[in-house]
Amino acid sequence: MTVTSPTLKSYLECFGEFEAGVAGRDPRWLRELRREAFARFCELGFPTTHDEDWRFTDVSAIAKTTFRLTRDGRYNVSPLQLKPWRVDGAGCQLVFLNGRIAPELSVLGTLPENVKVAGLTDAIRGDSSSVEKHLGRHLDVRRDSFSALNTAFVEDGAYVHVPRGVVVEEPICLLFVSIPGASPVMNHPRNLILMDEDSQATLVEEYVTFGEGSVFCNAATEIVAGDHTVLSHYRIEREQADTFNISTLSIHQGRSANVASHSVLLCGALVRNNVHPVLAGEGGECLINGLFLGSDNQHIDNYMLVEHASPHCSSRQFYNGILDDHAHGVFHGRIIVHKDAQKTDAKQTNRNLLLSDDAQIDTKPQLEIHADDVKCTHGATIGQIDEDALFYLRSRGVDEASARNMLIRAFAGECLERMKEGPARRHVEALVNCYVRQIAKTVGDSDSEGESG
Amino acid sequence: MSALLEIRDLHVSVDHHEILKGINLQINAGEVHSIMGPNGSGKSTLAQVLTRRDAYEVTSGEVLFNGKDLLAMKPEEVAWEGVFMAFQYPVEIPGISNVYFLRSAVNAIRKARGLDEMTAAEFLPLFRDKLGLLEMDDKLMNRSVNEGFSGGEKKRNEILQMAVLEPRLAILDETDSGLDIDALRIVAKGVNAMRSPERAMVVVTHYQRLLTYIVPDYVHVLMDGRIVRSGGPELALELEETGYGSMETNTSVA
Repeated sequence: MTVTSPTLKSYLECFGEFEAGVAGRDPRWLRELRREAFARFCELGFPTTHDEDWRFTDVSAIAKTTFRLTRDGRYNVSPLQLKPWRVDGAGCQLVFLNGRIAPELSVLGTLPENVKVAGLTDAIRGDSSSVEKHLGRHLDVRRDSFSALNTAFVEDGAYVHVPRGVVVEEPICLLFVSIPGASPVMNHPRNLILMDEDSQATLVEEYVTFGEGSVFCNAATEIVAGDHTVLSHYRIEREQADTFNISTLSIHQGRSANVASHSVLLCGALVRNNVHPVLAGEGGECLINGLFLGSDNQHIDNYMLVEHASPHCSSRQFYNGILDDHAHGVFHGRIIVHKDAQKTDAKQTNRNLLLSDDAQIDTKPQLEIHADDVKCTHGATIGQIDEDALFYLRSRGVDEASARNMLIRAFAGECLERMKEGPARRHVEALVNCYVRQIAKTVGDSDSEGESG
Repeated sequence: MSALLEIRDLHVSVDHHEILKGINLQINAGEVHSIMGPNGSGKSTLAQVLTRRDAYEVTSGEVLFNGKDLLAMKPEEVAWEGVFMAFQYPVEIPGISNVYFLRSAVNAIRKARGLDEMTAAEFLPLFRDKLGLLEMDDKLMNRSVNEGFSGGEKKRNEILQMAVLEPRLAILDETDSGLDIDALRIVAKGVNAMRSPERAMVVVTHYQRLLTYIVPDYVHVLMDGRIVRSGGPELALELEETGYGSMETNTSVA
């Protein structure tokens, strides 16, 4: 399958303009990386529902639309406008507008000495050896066309380097703002996070839109978590209802590295959340925790690929979905245990709460086990609000909307409980409370309409 | 003085099957009534209707609580008016702690009555006091509502909620079922501590044993959707001796 010609033409044009512009002056290794990735994208094309990894998600709306890169320019965004999007207790917050860093809006804060937090462009223009060594090494460009597309247009994003033994206590926050234009726009933020041996950090990626209009945000993050590192990664999706968001998180874990990935998906028209940890060193641990809330016609697809490549590693996947109206959720949990990964302990749980008869969830475990001494379990549940619990709460004086809110919040709370106490969790909790309240209110509304009708 | 609860010719169906076939009952503040009857006689249905569970369809009759039309109320509105039911099968609610649940209930009712909400600091001493009354472990406070509780703990938790919410009418739906004698005594102690001239209680039970600990003012026997006999506490003892079968014969003769 190749890209259909009108779309290919527009991507070719975009790539041509991109290379002729600022990207043309980048180092040769980077230009080659982009060219190879673009060629691969052209070969792969956009996936279709015939592709097993995309069986439940139709991306033809993205494939059919002609998106353009935005030109580097000034946007009408003031620091005041960003106030509601700041994270209390953050160590720093880098702000990106359509994928490019906006230094005047970013808050550098106080991070430990030697910790480097910068725009990827700046990192490439400085001493680019570490970028060259890692960029594109962990993302599966061969197999995944969105990763290929992101790599073809790699330009800016966040570059974080935490040196050996350093503990960063406050979260490093990255805010990605998409700004729609008169015609559909796309951006391809690319983050590279390098954690040296024995370091610790918390990273928060948040995706939002300012304004209305069609946006395609295709983000990718590569994390190298060295031996004995401890990392919490948060991804918060709260873009607007006409945004397509594809994001991919690839994590390479060293020996005894402990990584937690928390995805909180609250908004967006079509969201695909790829999480791909590779437990490459012995004794690694990863927690893949997620919460997705969908309403209206939202489509939220979670594709987990947990690769056990070394012995004595453990992975825990917990995803909770809450779907209302005509929302469609997908959970695809793939676990690959390589031949040598003995004593693997992998667990996967996907729980779903459907709030309407028209909401839909497709949940699919996929276990590929090539070792013989492993423990792998998986389970999925789909349910509705427990009417007995609802009546119990109401009989104690809690009104119906509040009772629903309490029950939905309790279900969402299972995911929040797995986050470490701190500013990042508090930030997520406040957002989740707000979205749950909204969803609980509208569920109550549609019910009372049903009763009177 | 008008009655606190007045039930007039109440007919109730579930799935078009008539369960209650004309109930008449009047309960005044300060009184404890017991409703006894065999399984399937409609005891629990009566309790559920009074708390406005929507699976039950009232086909005719009326229920006045404190002069207001109780059948026009939602479950939460009934609670705001001061009606409380201790569930026969208390529901487990994972993810909501006991203390948070109960404070939400207290504040929902206070808000509906135009009172200020209680802060956690104001609420906790009240809660601890009632925990002591029911001889419940402090640890249960932060556990999810009824989750992993034993049968006895669940029933005690119901009475704990009643003690905190201080209703005007408390309905105990087979609170004794499945309780060992020690738990039964604790539950009865909690209930008796709440008897007052302002409060009425309805104790729904199959067996007489609970009534030796909670002595009612009136006993009503419910058979096949109707109250077939009413009397004082001695009626419960009579039932214990002769069983419900004789009661049925008596009525058909009468």
